[in-house]
Amino acid sequence: MKKTFTTATLAMIAGAIAAPALAQDITFWSWRQEDRAVYEELIDQFEAENEGINVSFEAFEAASYATVLSTALAGDQGPDAMMVRAYGAFETVAAGGYLMPLDAESIPGLDSFPAAALTAETLREDGKVYAVPFASQTMLVIYNKDIYDQLGLSVPQTKDELLANAKAIEDAGMFAFANGTATAWQNETIASALASSIVGPDFYAEISAGTTDFNDPRFIEGMKALQEYSEYFPDGFTGLDYASAQQLIASGLAAMFAGGSFELANIQSQNPDINLGVFAAPGVSADDPKLVGVFFDGGYAGNANTEHPEAVKKFLAFLASQEFAQQFANKLGNISPVPGVTLENPLLQDVATLNQSSVPYIFLTNFRFQEPSGSVLIQAEVQRMLAGESDPAAVGKAVTDGIAIYHEPFQK
Amino acid sequence: MTATPDTPAKGPRGWITGRGAWITFLLVPPLVVMTLFVIYPIVSALAYAFYDWNGLRREGFVGFENFRIILFEEPFASTTWQAFKHNIIVFASLMIVQNGVGFILAYCLWRDLWGARFHRVAVFLPVVLSTVIIGYLWKLFFHPIFGVVNQSLKAVGLDSLVQPWLGQSETALAALIFVNAWAWVGFPTLVFLAGLQRIPSELIDAARMETDSEWHLIRKIVWPLIAPSTTVVFILLFIGSFNWFELPYIMAGLDGSPFGSTDVLGLFFYRTAFGNQSAGVQDFGLGSALAVIMFLFIAIVATFWTLHLRKKELDL
Repeated sequence: MKKTFTTATLAMIAGAIAAPALAQDITFWSWRQEDRAVYEELIDQFEAENEGINVSFEAFEAASYATVLSTALAGDQGPDAMMVRAYGAFETVAAGGYLMPLDAESIPGLDSFPAAALTAETLREDGKVYAVPFASQTMLVIYNKDIYDQLGLSVPQTKDELLANAKAIEDAGMFAFANGTATAWQNETIASALASSIVGPDFYAEISAGTTDFNDPRFIEGMKALQEYSEYFPDGFTGLDYASAQQLIASGLAAMFAGGSFELANIQSQNPDINLGVFAAPGVSADDPKLVGVFFDGGYAGNANTEHPEAVKKFLAFLASQEFAQQFANKLGNISPVPGVTLENPLLQDVATLNQSSVPYIFLTNFRFQEPSGSVLIQAEVQRMLAGESDPAAVGKAVTDGIAIYHEPFQK
Repeated sequence: MTATPDTPAKGPRGWITGRGAWITFLLVPPLVVMTLFVIYPIVSALAYAFYDWNGLRREGFVGFENFRIILFEEPFASTTWQAFKHNIIVFASLMIVQNGVGFILAYCLWRDLWGARFHRVAVFLPVVLSTVIIGYLWKLFFHPIFGVVNQSLKAVGLDSLVQPWLGQSETALAALIFVNAWAWVGFPTLVFLAGLQRIPSELIDAARMETDSEWHLIRKIVWPLIAPSTTVVFILLFIGSFNWFELPYIMAGLDGSPFGSTDVLGLFFYRTAFGNQSAGVQDFGLGSALAVIMFLFIAIVATFWTLHLRKKELDL
């Protein structure tokens, strides 16, 4: 017994002397304060596997994260590893040369990520990937299964069926859709969630290829459908803000909510008894592919000027591993782009299944790099149209003309 | 605002005397704080405005390019001018509603109408509430489904007037202006009241012997005598209206929902400089240029207007 104690003491002293020479302390910044416990648990696993590397997790308020990170990086006080956003907001950080370029050599398995996920963290200027994408979000319809069962409704296969469902719910004295348009960004999520299947996959491919613009009749048709659906939004929905819409669905007063998959956890935490389901809003005919809009939230990046590049790469490789992603998905309720991850939460599994037939959340993925961003335009134009102060064709024209200022394919 | 420090008094032999040292000791800390947190940011914003920005990285010097873009090039120009127009509407409406009602209230309080003591406190109460609270409170009041405003209209049978106040372009800005006036009317009231109370009562008594008309009394005696109060109230309202940010930010959001009908320069500045998480791109250069323009506009107009009003005070 005494011998064991002595050995242990000696080992500890030896460790204490050796540690400063070997230890590589790296900092890891995040905007997910609410996920701290899980991240720290996962970091412990990483540290156990990689002796000598200490990762300290620091979280900042989400709304000011971009400002904090920007300022720190610009002043050479940035973290070694960090969460960064995607698309335009990612480029703001990456374009300055603050991030470490990544490839399959430094991050094993990076090349097997879905292309759409990697695009989200690729700097368009040099075509290099600068972050390991971590989660996708899906625009779809969330519905209250109990209300559907109670009224004998089934998941709609066509636009007309969805409208008929909405009418039946309103006739029963409930709100069909919880959605309101007073909060600007909600208009973009509503449009993607409800109109994607009407617009169809070819249009999105052509927009990305630059062979059509938003004056395309397929897009206009989608906007018309949006107008029809909005008949079943609550009275005065133009003054209904995001928080109120969330409450209407969470309280069970409304049967459907067109929006992001990120609402699910929130609704369930507000009302643990609620029985939710998800579906992709249908197209005009039952044969039309049922599409959801998908985008990637952000990624894990390394600081280009870190003192411990090898340790940071090891840590990023861990964040890209299936071992991490599996726990990230199940413990935090995220849909991870890492191939082969299985989800325990049946609702999230349903979302992952819907993701297999998806189109990009186009204004974020393709047009949020310059002013006026496509998002700014679509948000205001859909808001205007649903308030009855404009029409679908005008939406297409205003969005196209706005983007045409910097996007060559739209300039005629 | 930034008082220039007196050069420390030199003693007979050129040494700083005790008094000089004392003055220096008192002046240096506030001066350092002012320089660091007021002057430096203003000067650096001024400098930022003359550079091109790529994300966070400052690129080349571009002269007045950012100013030209924000004022004359689409898509920025139309937003800037529309926001500016809204600021003017806000200023003009508040001038009438907030200051007008403020004067009437002050006059009633001064004449000691029934319940004056209670109302003096009640009117000022919202002024001490935080704008965040006021914004959220009124956002709830204007809620299209559950809001007190629409519910009350329904209760008295005015269903036809029920509407999404904050959700339509015709009513949104007016609703915000109303809330601002509701919250701040106590301030001009108090300033006017203080001005009214300084008028010697003999003067009023003498005037009453000459005329029976209350209106005449206000126009010829009261108004000229409270001119200094008006100057203060007008100038502060002007500065406040063109720096308007918190209330529209809380009640209408960063985009000035719906579709820009409540957009003002403060919101547009924030969106341009810091980006809008859900829609925009950040550009320090353009944002700084807009900030500099706003600062110069407010400073110049406020200065000249103050001088003009001061002169008028003397004329009256």
